[in-house]
Amino acid sequence: MEKNLTHIALFAALIAVLGLVPKIELLSGVPITAQSMGVMLCGTVLGARRGALAVLLFLVLVAVGLPLLAGGRGGLGVFASPSVGFLIGFPVAAFVAGFIVERWTAPVGIAAFAGAVLGGIVVLYAFGIPGMAFMLDKSLAEATALSTPFFPGDLIKAGLTALVTRAIAQMRPGALLSRG
Amino acid sequence: MLTLTSPVKTWAHRLPAWGKLLALCAYTVLLFALQAPLAMAVAALLPAALIASCGGSFAITSLRMLRPLWPFVAVVVLWHLWLGDSAGGAVVILRMLAAVLAANFVTMTTQLSQMIALIEWLARPLAPILSPRALALAIALVIRFIPVMLARTEAIAQAWRARSPRKPGWRILLPTTLAALDDADRVAEALRARGGAG
Repeated sequence: MEKNLTHIALFAALIAVLGLVPKIELLSGVPITAQSMGVMLCGTVLGARRGALAVLLFLVLVAVGLPLLAGGRGGLGVFASPSVGFLIGFPVAAFVAGFIVERWTAPVGIAAFAGAVLGGIVVLYAFGIPGMAFMLDKSLAEATALSTPFFPGDLIKAGLTALVTRAIAQMRPGALLSRG
Repeated sequence: MLTLTSPVKTWAHRLPAWGKLLALCAYTVLLFALQAPLAMAVAALLPAALIASCGGSFAITSLRMLRPLWPFVAVVVLWHLWLGDSAGGAVVILRMLAAVLAANFVTMTTQLSQMIALIEWLARPLAPILSPRALALAIALVIRFIPVMLARTEAIAQAWRARSPRKPGWRILLPTTLAALDDADRVAEALRARGGAG
């Protein structure tokens, strides 16, 4: 019980930290914010239920007025902005990612990548794009077009999530709560 | 760690948090029900007036918090100019700005402790599955550990810089995550030693 509590709380803190550190520069010097990697990691490392709870806890703290989103954003204003769909989708994305890692018996790296792509990209955008379409009075197709520049970066993030999850499985197998 | 509450004390700081939140919900519903640009402009005056009544530095901070919206504003402006639908574009932008200003007004005039008390009150129906003490502890743990983990991430980045001419990149993600896992185990032990979290 305490283990669940501390893992959920500390991974919520991890998502915040990944938003507060300077943008990570990738291979070609393209900067990405690591925060959505934190969301994917919550799912793939902690599992579906705990991962979703960690992300929910993070969102509660953002709503309460802490500047924990990348760029020092926070408060209730971010839930009134066009990216609110993505925020609502974060816990669901973590849940789906964790669900796939827990249930699919493939090697951890492959399951984590599948989880990060299906959860952190497909499901997340399934929430984010309608949210943006609604807030900006655009059609779904138009909102999707506005979001496409971010897909490659998100694919890379999914790959990195898989690498980190697989490394954790190798170095601390007992700590990977999604695979017991 | 600093919250987004404004240190400048205003009249709105004395209002109860639940009242402000209810008013915010009602206002946001109203905003999304309006269609005409004129009505939207009138409705947008409300948060503007509230913010203006709180003084200059408060207003400047409020405006600064709008900065992350600039990509959306730019997209909408260009889109609607290209389509020749400036009325529609004005409605979208005014609604976005009014909603965010109003929401930020509530955030800036409510203390963190008040918001947390409200969250705990709202979570009372969940008491069978989620004990209020566990929720309070979880919130306190996150707030306490963010600066700790930030400092450790910076230490990991410095360790990288001491060993590599390249800038720290994604590779510090693994030690950061492992440190979070190890910390979680240790804090769980400490909690159990102090009587548990239930």
